[in-house]
Amino acid sequence: MKFEKKDILGIKDLSIDEINLILETAESFLEISTRKIKKVPTLRGKTIINLFYEASTRTRTSFEIAGKRLSADTINISASTSSVVKGETLIDTARTLEAMNPDVIVIRHSASGAPHILASLVKQSIINAGDGAHEHPTQALLDMMTIKERKGKISGLKVAIIGDIEHSRVARSNIYGLSKMGAHVVLAGPATMLPRDIEQMGTKVFSRIEDALVDADVVMMLRIQLERQKQNIFPSLREYSQHYCLNRSNIKLAKKDVIVMHPGPINRGVEISPDIADDPSCSVILDQVNKGVAVRMALLYLLTGGSE
Amino acid sequence: MSKNKNTKIVMDKDGIDRCLTRIAYEILEKNKGMQNLVLVGIRTGGVYLAQRLQKKISDIERDKIPLGILDVTLYRDDISASNKKPRLGETKINFSLDDKVVVLVDDVLFTGRTIRAAMDALIDFGRPKMIQLAVLIDRGHRELPIRADFIGKNLPSSLWEAVRVDLVEKNGVDEVVIEEES
Repeated sequence: MKFEKKDILGIKDLSIDEINLILETAESFLEISTRKIKKVPTLRGKTIINLFYEASTRTRTSFEIAGKRLSADTINISASTSSVVKGETLIDTARTLEAMNPDVIVIRHSASGAPHILASLVKQSIINAGDGAHEHPTQALLDMMTIKERKGKISGLKVAIIGDIEHSRVARSNIYGLSKMGAHVVLAGPATMLPRDIEQMGTKVFSRIEDALVDADVVMMLRIQLERQKQNIFPSLREYSQHYCLNRSNIKLAKKDVIVMHPGPINRGVEISPDIADDPSCSVILDQVNKGVAVRMALLYLLTGGSE
Repeated sequence: MSKNKNTKIVMDKDGIDRCLTRIAYEILEKNKGMQNLVLVGIRTGGVYLAQRLQKKISDIERDKIPLGILDVTLYRDDISASNKKPRLGETKINFSLDDKVVVLVDDVLFTGRTIRAAMDALIDFGRPKMIQLAVLIDRGHRELPIRADFIGKNLPSSLWEAVRVDLVEKNGVDEVVIEEES
């Protein structure tokens, strides 16, 4: 099949066939990162702008490495060192960048829908690298790729997503993606971190972590966004970790061959105990990072591979 | 593939097998055995032919010759010009190419552009001592200064004809077909 999308704005807009094509393409890209010379000439002469209005280590580095390994020129712009501090609006920034003729703009923004505005304004391909509490499609794709590699399939698996669902774009993209691919998604978190009407997304919701963990094939722990503690959605980190931290004892409720995922960065001892996070027999956290480069290479390839 | 096209079978199962047997011996003769010799098949047709050559050479020499698989898509010169984004296959070369004699294997040699891409890819993997080329069919019309070292059959063709190599592994039948495009 041909990949027809101009932009990657969210998992919600992708079909099962498109997700499968992205994942299969990404599998072929894994090998390039194991070579001595980690570069292929495919996107020579293409320009990719990483426009990051929010802090990021792994996503931005991952996009930059993905572009460079395909021989594209990558340029990073972070809000703190750009004209944004002088008060330029997102739309003006976008038009300015468009005038320099890049091929792809990767954007992370704290406002949900920012990539969609960009996509409707400029002719370049837009990749959403996380918008507010809306979607983070490349994270969900690399999560699905990791699950598929470890479990051989996605369909039929029980996936428990635990923590701050309300503020998590990772959770939202994964719920869309995993449900589309036939997984059985369950959620758990304190009531203040569960969006209202979340069950409409077709998932089961629990308030106790233990109930969600029973017989899970995959456990996905979400980062507690410390910056949100001021909003009084939970009393203290200590209390949160007493009830919602994944540890040696509650993980026993899951299947024996359970894999543990985390989008990073980890708050050790808050949402996940260090011995679980570092246990190579169940933790696939670094594997997720590794797959991230391949997934982003696949997207850059599929979006720029033609259609001039 | 459709029946109403003007098609002609130019090589059958036995013909293909005899060609490959001869090429296997020629490769060994030219390189004086299989020391430092490795095969790399170009996806997809070349891979199956390389696997068959691997079996023949390994049978003759009673030792297994290493085989790699190469997808040249990422090295193609028409990738940004073409509208299609070709589906990517896996490249798998699990051995060092440094100081090896690499025999590239493909089904049809035509413009030479695939081989140019393949050579660029190989050099990203290491520094082979030498690269040689084995093809089942050489149909002419080169656009680059490239020639094959081992050829199953020279098949002079016109540009409006298509040469197709069907293999059991891929299409369920072994034959080389020439078809006139209408």
